[in-house]
Amino acid sequence: MAHESHYKPTSRFGKWMDERLPVARLVHGSFVDFPTPRNLNYLWTFGGILSFCLAAQILTGLVLAMHYQPSGAEAFNSVEHIRRDVNYGYMIRNFHAVGASMFFIAVYIHIFRGLYYGSYKAPREVLWILGVLIFLVMMATAFMGYALPWGQMSFWGVTVITNLFSSINELIPGLGTAIVQWLWGGYSVSGTTLNRFFSLHYLLPFVIAGLVILHIWALHVAGQNNPAGLDIRTKADAVPMFPHAIAKDAVGLFAFLLVFAWFAFVMPDYLGHADNYIEADPLVTPPHIVPEWYFLPFYAILRAIPSKLGGVIAMFSAIAILVFVPWLDTSRVRSSKYRPIYKWFFWLFAFTCLALGYLGAMPAEGVYVFWARVFTFYYFAHFLLVMPIVGLIETPHRLPRSIAESVLGPSRGGGITPATAAAAPEKR
Amino acid sequence: MASHADDEPTRRDFLVIAGNAFVAVGAAATLWPFVAQMNPDASTQALASTELDLAPIKEGQAITAMWRGKPVFIRNRTKEEIAKAEEVKGDQVPDNSARNDLLPEDTPADDVNRVKEGKTNWLVLVGICTHLGCIPKGQSMGDERGEFGGWFCPCHGSHYDTSGRIRKGPAPRNLEVPPYAFISDTKIKIG
Ligand code: HEM
Ligand code: FES
Repeated sequence: MAHESHYKPTSRFGKWMDERLPVARLVHGSFVDFPTPRNLNYLWTFGGILSFCLAAQILTGLVLAMHYQPSGAEAFNSVEHIRRDVNYGYMIRNFHAVGASMFFIAVYIHIFRGLYYGSYKAPREVLWILGVLIFLVMMATAFMGYALPWGQMSFWGVTVITNLFSSINELIPGLGTAIVQWLWGGYSVSGTTLNRFFSLHYLLPFVIAGLVILHIWALHVAGQNNPAGLDIRTKADAVPMFPHAIAKDAVGLFAFLLVFAWFAFVMPDYLGHADNYIEADPLVTPPHIVPEWYFLPFYAILRAIPSKLGGVIAMFSAIAILVFVPWLDTSRVRSSKYRPIYKWFFWLFAFTCLALGYLGAMPAEGVYVFWARVFTFYYFAHFLLVMPIVGLIETPHRLPRSIAESVLGPSRGGGITPATAAAAPEKR
Repeated sequence: MASHADDEPTRRDFLVIAGNAFVAVGAAATLWPFVAQMNPDASTQALASTELDLAPIKEGQAITAMWRGKPVFIRNRTKEEIAKAEEVKGDQVPDNSARNDLLPEDTPADDVNRVKEGKTNWLVLVGICTHLGCIPKGQSMGDERGEFGGWFCPCHGSHYDTSGRIRKGPAPRNLEVPPYAFISDTKIKIG
């Protein structure tokens, strides 16, 4: 890692271990005296919050799996059994179901934080791409998890989404059907499908955990970005992670837990859909199929495109395009704080995503389709036109000479001379 | 290494390539069962046919049967419904293929190619919207049947006509006609 640990074992055992397996040294270097920019705001606490979410989902999921039956005949009843009979089952189940939503709230804030402050720009491209991969696997995990209670929304959500792959028939006749039947293990969604989804739902969180380790590794090589978008250059720019950043993370986490607890205890079903308390019925489609709220913007994009294959391609592109953001953004400056024009486009993009989320929940007809198309257009235009063009034509505000100056003001800016500072803005 | 004439492949080159090729083939052969296990299994395939008595279905009525875990729509069409279906030819609808599993892909989507000769009142269809797999409405009396009097899929608004052909909306294909045969005057076997 880029940063040398100042770890000094004190006990005899500590010294003995340090020469054999220096785990304590690694932890100390990564989470105790790791230099963090002194200007981090609360948006930087979401990384820690997300790690908490993953751990919480694994722990609560582990408990649910002890009582859950992954078969078409038993699944629905076993979730009811968890809610009614198992000791504290209702609570742990609510933690898990609400936890999935909270996980996505946190990840969306985390992603938009990165977009606003240019955290994807060099040298953090790999860090960013790992993040996109985590997001993708999270979506797969949550999608399969939502199948498990085997209610009407579970069943029909799985039917609609797996059927997306049948659009491949339009390219290579027969291949789409073959893939869909392979996913289903039959000629329609059935208990067989549920069973394999359970197996994968159990596995994928551990894949996420592996990706998170790589993500944090890459973070610790490049160092953290910060609201000023500047690199750490002098000692005055940074503070040790412990206690400073850790304490701030704790405050952020407790605030988050307050919201989490509010949902879990006061309105656990608010974020879900009532139809999922009706057992799956392959002969009755609910009048209005909606995915979980966190998929709605992508669902809106899917439905905005009039062709089936086109809709599927657009939906997957909406996620894949994030991978290319480091190269689509041509600005020399990371933080939108110093980008007078782009800043406004950023908020327009944020609004677009919210609007698509709203439209995804509305029926696909009339004026809703029109607006879904408008916002789908802007969603892609933001990446393909706004990011490259605005970066080239915009004159950024003058950057502070250092992180310390951005916090303390020009007079106490720390040890950088104007000459180096002029050349200082991020190299690409 | 280079004891041989420069470009001449050596015996070692041959062994390395042959060895790696065996490993690649072996690895693929080992991987295949892990992929193929997910395909429909023997017990699922065994349930592949269903027999059905049509006698109780009056003109204008419809029933839904199950075949391979999928709903199958069987409708005893009225005279007007048949006339409406026959009037519109296969090249006048968005999907020109009959989508009849017993006929080739390029059979025109005329109504005659979607029913059995002499039994044109019986329309047998897989009741799954060809868009994203919802069950279209139109089987029960009170159901909304869409602008063409056949079926209507509420999920994203696909309208099917009285021959089960897609006429309006996002679905790309006509409702599929499953493989079936009349085993007596009023009995059919699907699959
Ligand atoms: C990335 C982490 C995870 C996410 C985002 C996630 C998401 C979900 C979601 C959305 C549901 C449906 C909740 C509902 O409406 O009832 C669910 C259910 C379930 N999950 Fe997870 N999960 C995760 C990790 C795990 C793990 C690690 C396990 C097993 C060790 C697990 C086991 C279960 C079980 C048994 C159910 C069915 C019970 C129920 O529906 O309440 N989950 N999960
Ligand atoms: S599934 Fe029928 S219209 Fe989309």
